[in-house]
Amino acid sequence: MNHLNPSSRHVLDNGLTVLLREMHHAPVASFWVWYRVGSRNEGAGTTGISHWVEHMLFKGTPAYPQGEFDKAISREGGTFNGMTWIDFTTYFESLPSDRIDLALRVEADRMLNAAFDPDETELERTVIISERQGDENDPEFLLGEAVQAAAFQAHPYHHSVIGWQQDLERMTRDELYGHYRSYYGPNNAVVAVAGDFDTSRMLERIHELFGTIPRGPSPRADVPQEPPQRGERRVTVEGPGTTSYIDIGFRVPGARDPDYYPLVILDTILGGAKGMSMWGGGAPNRSSRLYRALVETELAANVGCSMNSTVDPYLFSFSATVREGRTPQEVEGAILAEITRVVDRPVSAVELSKAIKQTRAQFAYSSESVTDQAHWLGFSEIVASVEWFESFLDRLAAVTIDDVQRVARTYLGRTHRNVGWYVPAGGDAAPGGDEHEMPESDADAQE
Amino acid sequence: MPKSNTARTTSAIPGPGDVLRRTLPNGITVLARENWSAPSIVAEGYLQVGNLDEPAGLTGLASFTSSMLSRGTRRRSFAEINETVEAVGAAVGFSADRYTTGFSAKSLAEDLDLVLGVLAEEMRLPAFPAEHVEKLRGMRMTAIAERENDTRQMAGMALRDIMYGAHPLGRNMLGSRETNGAIQRDAIVEFYERYFSPEGLVIAIVGALPVEEAVARVVAVFGDWTGARPPRANLDGVPAPPERVERRVAMPDKSQSDMLMGWPAMRRLDSDYEPARLANTVLGVFGMMGRLGKNVRERQGMAYYAYSRLSADRHPGLWTAAAGVNPANVERALAAIELEVRQLCDTKVPEDELENSKRYLTGSVPLQLETNDGVASLLVDLEWNELGLDYVQRFAGIVNAVTAGDVQRAAQRYLSAPACALAIAGP
Repeated sequence: MNHLNPSSRHVLDNGLTVLLREMHHAPVASFWVWYRVGSRNEGAGTTGISHWVEHMLFKGTPAYPQGEFDKAISREGGTFNGMTWIDFTTYFESLPSDRIDLALRVEADRMLNAAFDPDETELERTVIISERQGDENDPEFLLGEAVQAAAFQAHPYHHSVIGWQQDLERMTRDELYGHYRSYYGPNNAVVAVAGDFDTSRMLERIHELFGTIPRGPSPRADVPQEPPQRGERRVTVEGPGTTSYIDIGFRVPGARDPDYYPLVILDTILGGAKGMSMWGGGAPNRSSRLYRALVETELAANVGCSMNSTVDPYLFSFSATVREGRTPQEVEGAILAEITRVVDRPVSAVELSKAIKQTRAQFAYSSESVTDQAHWLGFSEIVASVEWFESFLDRLAAVTIDDVQRVARTYLGRTHRNVGWYVPAGGDAAPGGDEHEMPESDADAQE
Repeated sequence: MPKSNTARTTSAIPGPGDVLRRTLPNGITVLARENWSAPSIVAEGYLQVGNLDEPAGLTGLASFTSSMLSRGTRRRSFAEINETVEAVGAAVGFSADRYTTGFSAKSLAEDLDLVLGVLAEEMRLPAFPAEHVEKLRGMRMTAIAERENDTRQMAGMALRDIMYGAHPLGRNMLGSRETNGAIQRDAIVEFYERYFSPEGLVIAIVGALPVEEAVARVVAVFGDWTGARPPRANLDGVPAPPERVERRVAMPDKSQSDMLMGWPAMRRLDSDYEPARLANTVLGVFGMMGRLGKNVRERQGMAYYAYSRLSADRHPGLWTAAAGVNPANVERALAAIELEVRQLCDTKVPEDELENSKRYLTGSVPLQLETNDGVASLLVDLEWNELGLDYVQRFAGIVNAVTAGDVQRAAQRYLSAPACALAIAGP
C-alpha cells in the first residue's frame, strides 16, 4: 500500500540505533541524529533547556570551532538545521550524496565534544530570548502556550519548548552542559539516513565514527504523568490587535496507543489530511467538516484541528481565527457543535474512505524527498517504531466507523476540554462565567 | 559516502535533454519532465495577469479574482469541486503576483485527469458566485486586521511605501480596507474577461507520466481555449527616494521590533544580477545568514534572525536586509547592518570566502530539485525569466566566472546608493 523503499535497523554496541533507507532517485542524501530529549524532560526552573542546548551544538567543538560547522556544510551545497520539540531534539544535514560523509563526521563530533564556551553561552542567551520575543509577537503563540499550560499541570508538556522567559534569563552554563551530558549519549540517540548511498558502506562508516563514542548515563524514565482532568478549564490571553483567536485542546493518548489510529481518522474527517512534508504544502481542506461549519458560514476566517504523534498523551487541538464582525462565543459554539455531532452520530463510510485516501496521497508526496523520508524514519523510532510508520496506512485502513465514534466519545468530552481565547486588550470580557451559553455537548477539543 | 555502482540515479540537473518544451497554437507553453520515484504528479504554471493590471482604486483585485477562480464554475459548485479534489487527496490553487497569476495542482498519478479537469474548468469557466465575493471579502478584511498586528508585515509595507510611493510596483497584493470594500463582482468579472487568456500561459508537468502524454493531457483540457489579453501598459520608471528615508511604525504592545533596510536593485536579466546575487550570498545568506548573521546574531547575540535578500524581476527589484531584535537593540542592530554593508562595498571579499559562497550556490542545486514541486518551480522560473532550459547546466560556469571585483562593484553600485529606505515596526 505504501511506496517506500525498504529500511534496515541496526543497534551498535554502545546502544546507538541506526536506521537506513536507500533511495536512488536523486543524487542526494539526508543524515539525521535524534536524541530522546525535549521539553518533556525538563523541570521547573530550567524550562527551555533542551532547546538552548540544541543552539549550543551550533556554537562549536574543538574540531569545528564556532562558525566552521555551518561553513563546512554550506560550502558543500548542503542544508542543515536543528529542531527541538516536546519529545526530541534532532539535527540534520542534507547534501549531495558524494559529500554526505561530512554530515557523519560533524554529528559524531558534536555528540560528544560540543564546547559550551561560557561567553558563547551568554551570547546565545539573548538570541534565544529574542527568539521567544519574536514568538510573543504572534497572538497564536501566546494563546497556544496558555492552553498548553492549562491542559497539563503535572506533566512537563505544561510548558512550551522555548521555555519561560524567567528561566531563560537565569539558567547557567553548567546546567546546560549537564543536560547535554545527561541526554546526548549514543544509547539515547537514533541515527536515520535516507537517500543515495550503499547500506553496507554507510553502516560501516557509522560504526567507525560513532562506534567508539562511550555510552552515556541511562536517562531518567520517570517523567511525571498527568492526573485525570476533572472539569473544563478556560484561559484568556489579552493582547494587541483587533482579531480574536480560539484554541481548544483535549488530552489524547500517544502514538503507541491503539486509539491513536481512530483519532488520526477523526482528525482527518474534521479538519482534512495534514501535509507530511517538512516544507509545508498541506491541502486547503475546504471539504472538511470544520471548514464547512465555520468558514463557509462566515464565522471564522480560518479553522483547523491537529492530532499530534507523541510519546506521552498530548493534545488533540482545534484552532480558529474569528472573522471580523463575529465573536469568540459564536466560533467556540460552532466548534463545540461539530464535536457534539461527531460524538453523537457515526461518520459515514465515504468520509472514512476519503480520510484513508487523503493520507495515502500525503504519504506518496512525502516519499519524493530524502529529507522527508529520513525525518520520518527517525521521528517514528522516537515516538513509536519504524514499523509504526511503515504499517501506518494499513492500520488506518483497519479503523472502523465505530472506532471513530468511540474515541470521539472517550476523549472529546466536556470535562476534558481546555478552552482558550485570545482577545484584543481592553475588549470583550474573558470567557467563562455565565454571560454566554455553550451548546450542550459531551465533547471537548483542544489545540 | 561513495555511491553504489549498481544504484540507478537519474540526473539531478534538468536540461534540454530530459525536459520537453512545446508551444501550442493558442500560445500555451508546456514543459514536461518525468520522475518515476513516487506515484505523484505536480502541475504548476502561470497566466499573464497580475496586480500591475489592476485599475486605480481597486488594489487587491488581482488576488481577489484569483481566489474567486476556485469558488465555483459554470459546471460545478464550490462544495462539489472541493469534494472532488480533496476526496483523492489532491490540491488545486491559485495565487496572484505582480505580472502573473500562478497556479499549482498536485495529485497521485492516477488522479491527474481529474485534477487537470478542475484546473482548466476553474481557469476557463469560473462562475464568480456573488455570495462568495462576500465570503472572501470578510476573510480578506480579517487578514488585513491580522496584518495590522504583524510587525514583519507592517515593516515590509512601510518599506515598499517609501520605495515606490503610488507607483504600481508599490501596490500591496492584498490591498487595503478601502479597496477591498470597493471591489464588486462586476469588477472581478471584467478583470477576468479582459486579462485571463491562454496566450503566454505556461504549465510545467513533473512526475510519473511520460512527457508526450503530459503534453497530450494539457492539449485535452486547454487546447481549444483561445484569446489574448490587451498589451501590458508600460511601467514608468520607479521614482527612487533621493536620500535615505526612515519610517517607524509604532506597535506599542509587541515584544520585538522588526527592521528592514532596502535599496533599489536591478532587473533579473541585468548583467549586474549574477555578481549581486553572489554579493548577497556573502552578506546575508551563506551558512547561518552570511555576514549579517555572524555579526548581529553570533557575535553580538542580538537577534534570532538577520539576513539579506535580493529580489529581481522584469522591473528593478529590491535588495533588503532584515532583522528582528529587542526594541532596546534597534540602533545597535542597525549600526551592525550598516557596518557589514559598508564593508562589502569598501573591501573586496577574500577569495576563500567568495569560494565558499560560490560552492554553496552551485552545490545546493541538486537538493532544490529532488521533489516534483522543486523541479516544476524551476522550469516555470526558467521560462518566466527567459533563462533557457540549459540554464541550470550553465549555472556553475556563470557563478564561477564572477570575480571579487565584480562583487565589490555590484555592492558599491547598489548598496552605497543614497536612495535607501529603513522601516522599523515595533514598540
